[in-house]
Amino acid sequence: MATRKKTPAGTTPASKSASAETASDAPREIGERDRVTLQKITDLAFNALADVRRGKNPALSIPVRALSNVSFDQEAGLIRLGESRQSRNFFHIKQAKLFMQTFLIAEHCKKLIEAGATTSIRDIYYGAKHSVAGTKENTFEEQAESDPIIEDLEVTIDALREELHLRAENRGAMVGPMTIRDTGDTIDLRRMGSGGWSIPSIVEDNRIEFMKTEADYILFIEKGAVWARLNEDRFWQKNNCMLLHGSGMAARGTRRLLRRMHEELKLPLYVLTDNDPWGFYIYSVIKQGSINLAYESMRMAVPQARFLGLMSSDAERFNLQPNVSMALKDEDSARIEQLMRYDWFAAKRWQEELALMKKTQKKYELEALSSRGIRYITEEYIPQKLRGKRGDSWLD
Amino acid sequence: MTTEALIPDPEAEKPTGRRASAEAMGAKQRDISVSEFFTKNRHLLGFDNPAKALLTTIKEAVDNALDACEEAGILPTLDVTVEEVSDGRYRVRVEDNGPGIVKEQIPKIFAKLLYGSKFHRLRQSRGQQGIGISAAGMYGHLTTGRPVVVVSKIGKGRPAWRVEVRIDSRTNEPKQLNDKNDTVTWEKDHGTSVEIELMGLYRGGRTSVDAYLEQTVVANPHLELSYKPPKGPLVHFPRVSEHLPPEAQEIKPHPHGVELGMLIKILNEAGRRHVGQTLMEEFSRVTQPVADELCKRAGVDPNAVASKVDAVKIEAMHAAMVASNAALPPIKKFASKVARSDVNVREEVLEEGTGFSPTLADLVIRRAGMEPTLKAKLLTPMMVEKIYESLHGSQVKILPPPANCIVPVGEALVMEGLRRRFKGEFFTSHTRPPAVYRGNPFVVEAGVAFGGTLTRDDSADVLRFANRVPLLYQPRACAIHEAVLKVDWKSYGLQQRKGELPVGPLAIFVHLASVWVPFTSEAKEAVAHYDEVVREIRLALMECGRKLGAWVKAQQAERWETQRKSLFEKYIVELAASIHSITKVSEESVRNDFHHALPNHVRIAITVPEGTPPSAEAGVDAVPGEAPVDGEVVGAEVPSGVVARPSEPPPDMSDDGEGSPFEDVTPGNTRQLVLKMRPKSGRKL
Repeated sequence: MATRKKTPAGTTPASKSASAETASDAPREIGERDRVTLQKITDLAFNALADVRRGKNPALSIPVRALSNVSFDQEAGLIRLGESRQSRNFFHIKQAKLFMQTFLIAEHCKKLIEAGATTSIRDIYYGAKHSVAGTKENTFEEQAESDPIIEDLEVTIDALREELHLRAENRGAMVGPMTIRDTGDTIDLRRMGSGGWSIPSIVEDNRIEFMKTEADYILFIEKGAVWARLNEDRFWQKNNCMLLHGSGMAARGTRRLLRRMHEELKLPLYVLTDNDPWGFYIYSVIKQGSINLAYESMRMAVPQARFLGLMSSDAERFNLQPNVSMALKDEDSARIEQLMRYDWFAAKRWQEELALMKKTQKKYELEALSSRGIRYITEEYIPQKLRGKRGDSWLD
Repeated sequence: MTTEALIPDPEAEKPTGRRASAEAMGAKQRDISVSEFFTKNRHLLGFDNPAKALLTTIKEAVDNALDACEEAGILPTLDVTVEEVSDGRYRVRVEDNGPGIVKEQIPKIFAKLLYGSKFHRLRQSRGQQGIGISAAGMYGHLTTGRPVVVVSKIGKGRPAWRVEVRIDSRTNEPKQLNDKNDTVTWEKDHGTSVEIELMGLYRGGRTSVDAYLEQTVVANPHLELSYKPPKGPLVHFPRVSEHLPPEAQEIKPHPHGVELGMLIKILNEAGRRHVGQTLMEEFSRVTQPVADELCKRAGVDPNAVASKVDAVKIEAMHAAMVASNAALPPIKKFASKVARSDVNVREEVLEEGTGFSPTLADLVIRRAGMEPTLKAKLLTPMMVEKIYESLHGSQVKILPPPANCIVPVGEALVMEGLRRRFKGEFFTSHTRPPAVYRGNPFVVEAGVAFGGTLTRDDSADVLRFANRVPLLYQPRACAIHEAVLKVDWKSYGLQQRKGELPVGPLAIFVHLASVWVPFTSEAKEAVAHYDEVVREIRLALMECGRKLGAWVKAQQAERWETQRKSLFEKYIVELAASIHSITKVSEESVRNDFHHALPNHVRIAITVPEGTPPSAEAGVDAVPGEAPVDGEVVGAEVPSGVVARPSEPPPDMSDDGEGSPFEDVTPGNTRQLVLKMRPKSGRKL
């Protein structure tokens, strides 16, 4: 999964006091959902032990998370994970460490669940990181090593990340005419100032409850800067909509939140991204799901989402001057080629858009609309798009 | 030597063209004494420069001492002392425990060129022509004016004669300088000591005295040697073999590869003996049936007088002797060539029979019942067959020369010798069966020492020996060097650039033993390039190379497996901690379970290639930084992270099995490396 823009390197919001070890001392009532997850982890360990006691090579069977093992379900409009699984063996030169790491993560997750604590995936990286006994080698050298292991564990035991008591850093923000309860605190999203409510990575109904809303639709914007512009104009108030951004690629929490609002509050979702292959892909992930998290598509994707732009054809429609465009780079062109081959971009209009971008060799940022005036995007562009026709003004 | 007079041209009658008369020139023509000749051509004997002169002197004295001890059946104990008397002036003393020399012979042996016992017989020995030690004495006298000082005693209670002698280089006669009855008291029962003072140069390196003595020790495991160099402490090499090499038998030439001239000489000098009898008496492996067959091939009556056989028939006999060594060319080729021929039969036969004279060709054709002048293309297939039959006939089967005339060091002792010299990890050797060049039997043996403290990044050290004598000079002119280059060492896991010596921690030993070693010159520095010799050396080296290659690969595999094992061991500790934490099964029990399963998935099972005794027996010190490899099944108590540090960069673990040692295993190898259970992914590991 290609992430276009990295989150600005910020501080880890999770407090260190939530560490599993310190909290594990106090016995705690374990809920039904947690009990199931614990059982799955314990089974995994006992299975490995049973294998090795019979002299066999202990193996984990991990669903393959790659393009080769996903398919696009046209009817549901979702990317689904296929059946292929790969074996991860302990007695295998290249897999021994991964195998060990998987159990190390599993051990830490078990402790978290038992302690009723949640940590960030960065926390668990530090928690599980230590030097391998008798060597200078570390169990994990960097977080980039532990993150995929966590995903492996999720798919292997079929547990959600939040069921493992793990969360990612907060990413993205929301404002709008709605009141929510966030882990017991009532928050009025109408009164969030200029920064908005920061979207946590776990937004399940046991943590985030939707209380009261007057919103008519949801507008998701790729970039925080454009979102800030709209928030400043109180766009959400004038148009009665929920306004979100994802700081680039929408994180799990943001995607799950979009899905819940769409599903539970029956709000239509509109997506506004830059005009480039990465922006298109952000839209597709929100709509159909991603390759890497294909196993969670049905919990996260919003197949009814609509794409408000920027489209390549918008340049003409909104009279954008050539000088506000940017030339495609090689990596952009390569990405266009890739998108054109994805089944979920096979629709005629998408192929046309991609072909047009390739032909003009131009891309536009959302900010390009500001060349038409400071409030052009809020007063002209979005309203016009929303009024327009499917396949012409907006895409799905 | 006589100078060839210039052939006067027709105009030479003119007084201006003439400078000296034949009479005047004749007055100047006289014998040149050999000693005088060699004085002027001392480079031919290995005295070209001071450094080489010092080495050659020691070499000749040591060779003589060893030959004498072995002939007398005495285990040699040698003391070599080299001292620098003054700048550039050295006194060399070589003392042996040999049989001693009778008083009368001492002056001649040490101060008369071409005097000795070895030249006249075909027998394996170090010295051959009887030039060396006298030449050394002569060189010493020439540069320092000092005579050779010899002390020799032939038995307990006998006097130890002391002889100071120098050579008269004009007459090639010895001249004793001291009293003929001089004696000294000597504790030894018997032995000889030679002392020569000469201008020389002592230095280190490949061609040094030290290198020569070290290598002599390699090829002579039965030798005990003490060496006192000009600088530094005394070096002592104890004996590693208590067995003298078996005594070399004298041998007659073998018919294979005998030269035509030699055959003519033998038959002409046979006097009134019969041909058959002469062949049997003068050649080895010629029995009555062989002699009869050879005579038949030549159209000679075996009972004819040998000296009366005419030249053509001798040539035919020679052809039969030599041909019996060569592979027969196919008749089809000959037939098709004849069919397309434009010349007569004689020309075709001359071409087919290599080295034939026209008379011999005619004889061959007439024997087949045809005329030599017949056009070759007119021959019927039947006639072609007859000529071919007459030309090549049935091969005369002659046994290879007897092996008892050659005394190789022997495979076991070659390895012992190498071990005495090198602290290696692997040793192997191979002795070829006897072979023949130009009628002379010879045996080639080769050995290699590998690994350990041998230098890794240098070219292989090539130790060349002829009849147990190290050859230090002119490696590039030597057949041994050529043969080493001709071996493809890359296929044995070593590095080698094209046309160069292999690179690696490798020493190569090659010994050529023969009744007559074919040297390129009288200095005996390099072996001449005979195809048969080069081929035998190459085959011996290839055999050693194969054993070495198998070992190197086994080592790589073992090292690799050890790494693999240790990789699992270190992760088992971590994994056991996690599984314990999840399951509450005791950590130790989990660790044990994994360790028990480990050998099912990793196993070191290497049959050590033939020729490598366990290193413990070899007495080789453990090489620093090279922990002994543990082939045992590892129990739980073994600490993880204990890795036999490979001395080479470890194989790339991230490699997808490519270049893995498993793929290099050639079928039929003695080594067996089993990975019992492959990972489910089926990837080759």
